[in-house]
Amino acid sequence: MADTSRPRNDTTSAGMAFERPIKELEAQLSELEALSTRTNLDLAGEIRALKERLQEEIQKTYSDLSPWERVSVARHTDRPVASDYIEKLCDDFFELHGDKVFGDDKAIVTGLARMGERRFLLVAHRKGRTTKERMAYNFGCAHPEGYRKALRKMRLAEKLGLPIVTLINTPGAYPGIGAEERGQATAIAENILGMFSLRVPILVIVIGEGGSGGALGIGVGDRVFMLEHAYYSVISPEGCAAILWKDGERSPDAAQALKLTAPDLLQLGLIDGVIQEPPGGAHRNPQVALDNVRRTILEELAALERLSVADLLARRRAKFRHVGEIPGRFPRLD
Amino acid sequence: MAAETSRNVESGREKDVPVEPLELAPEEAREVELEQEDEASGEGLGPPDPAERGVEGRRRRLWKKKEMPGGLWLKCESCGQMIYRKELEEKGMVCPACEFHFTLPGRERVAMVLDPDSWKEEYADLTALDRLSFTDQVPYAEKIRRTVDRTGQKEALLCGTGRIEGREIVLAVLDFSFLGGSMGEVVGEKISLAADMARRQKKPLVLFTSSGGARMHEGMLSLMQMAKTSAALASLNEAGGFSICVLTNPTTGGVTASFASVCDVTLAEPGALIGFAGPRVIATTIKQELPPGFQRAEFLVEKGQVDAIVRRSELRDVLARLVDFGRGAFAR
Ligand SMILES: [Zn+2]
Repeated sequence: MADTSRPRNDTTSAGMAFERPIKELEAQLSELEALSTRTNLDLAGEIRALKERLQEEIQKTYSDLSPWERVSVARHTDRPVASDYIEKLCDDFFELHGDKVFGDDKAIVTGLARMGERRFLLVAHRKGRTTKERMAYNFGCAHPEGYRKALRKMRLAEKLGLPIVTLINTPGAYPGIGAEERGQATAIAENILGMFSLRVPILVIVIGEGGSGGALGIGVGDRVFMLEHAYYSVISPEGCAAILWKDGERSPDAAQALKLTAPDLLQLGLIDGVIQEPPGGAHRNPQVALDNVRRTILEELAALERLSVADLLARRRAKFRHVGEIPGRFPRLD
Repeated sequence: MAAETSRNVESGREKDVPVEPLELAPEEAREVELEQEDEASGEGLGPPDPAERGVEGRRRRLWKKKEMPGGLWLKCESCGQMIYRKELEEKGMVCPACEFHFTLPGRERVAMVLDPDSWKEEYADLTALDRLSFTDQVPYAEKIRRTVDRTGQKEALLCGTGRIEGREIVLAVLDFSFLGGSMGEVVGEKISLAADMARRQKKPLVLFTSSGGARMHEGMLSLMQMAKTSAALASLNEAGGFSICVLTNPTTGGVTASFASVCDVTLAEPGALIGFAGPRVIATTIKQELPPGFQRAEFLVEKGQVDAIVRRSELRDVLARLVDFGRGAFAR
């Protein structure tokens, strides 16, 4: 697809300059293919050569992404979002709306899901695919009622003995007047605390943006995975740059310093694994990313199912009580 | 010199305060710089107010606490009143005009809350590590060293055991004067150890918070402290323990969004700024002026987010009564 034919989103395009050589090759390729169709010329050799060059370019670029470039990939508007996971991965999905107190926050979707014979509760930040959807879903920035809805449905899953899968994709919980009035901090805190006591397996996957407390509000799990180009951070690189560098232009430096990429977090022992994306990122070939996520969900839920409830809870508690700790650094009281 | 004006965005009302330009001695300028650094250590309060940046901003800021002619005077950040320092200290750092409760350093808080000589501090030697080699304008490792030198304590959290009117408690206090009370690995660990102590010793857990939120220089390790402290609280709850958290000015970000908001009883000091996102972040996001008193303790009680506001003068009495009501904890 030609670079210019693509609708531009400010946040996406701004950081995607590193894809320019790839985009140019993609444009050349589609022109060549169009030419071949139009004129019946045999361009198979040229097309094959160009495809190879394109693959090489993608490989080269994506093997060496800076953290800031990864953040841009994680935010890419063509990257699969919750609706894609629901429509293309689930064989059945029944959405359950609302927190039954205040409202139905569309920034988080919750529902009963089935993949093959595996049934579970799906809790996912929802960003939307079109501008209209993105606005309706508040760009994945949840209000307190979203977190309360999630906890309410997770307690239902516990009652029904269904495991829980959460898909994290949020720039952060919404910072607004209503959110504060209705207890944004308490809602997130109650989820984090509450998830330690849920007597069913919890699998957490960061599929795009893991924005701080807003991500962690559905992020306490027995196993925590990240897609290869997702990021997970205590603060957005922009916010960090504005506070510590007093200059929003320094976001790339902040992204670098924060160690927010999947490989970095795996090395720090803060996540359990990285789910591979296709060459060139999930936005270039969503189905491959979706299939990899599906495999992870089925494998991990099968493994977690084998643990007793007591074992599951004790391990989850210990996993976070000593999260990322250098062995022997802190005293142990139990 | 023409008078300038400074704008108080945080309290949501505009006030015209005349500012006299001052010449800053190097050590005064340094002090202002360190204060700003403290505030900017947690993720929750947001970027510094542009009105307080640069040389003029520093002057303006320092003026707030400058000793005025005729004695030692301080300016209340809530009502703007000039207060005689000695009077403020006698009132436990509470504004005589508006009852705003100034942020207390950790050690002073401990002394104010506990019976004399009952404090036994624990884990005072745990020190922050710069595991990410985080460098903004200064390396984090250097920031820690400087702060340890300046404050004479190793981290932003003090924890230990003590007595309130003879009642045994486990106490943990966040100190805003140590990198803005921001929560990194050591703060999270010490909160969790305090919860563990309360569980093992079957004592009530009393927490005091003042914090800009998670400590950005520790990246995701700091975000994970929200989960760590909650895991420790979950274990305390399971054992039937009793926890009380007193939110003091300011408490924001990852601290509010974790252990500070899920204790059994949540108290707040008058006028304290308490929120998930800091007011500057919200004002920037929604591009409108915030309502008066927004995110102050009184607002939170009004919105049903906090159990009660407690004045400093009544704090020991209230805590002692609550501890007595909690005698049945651990029994079941
Ligand atoms: Zn006052």
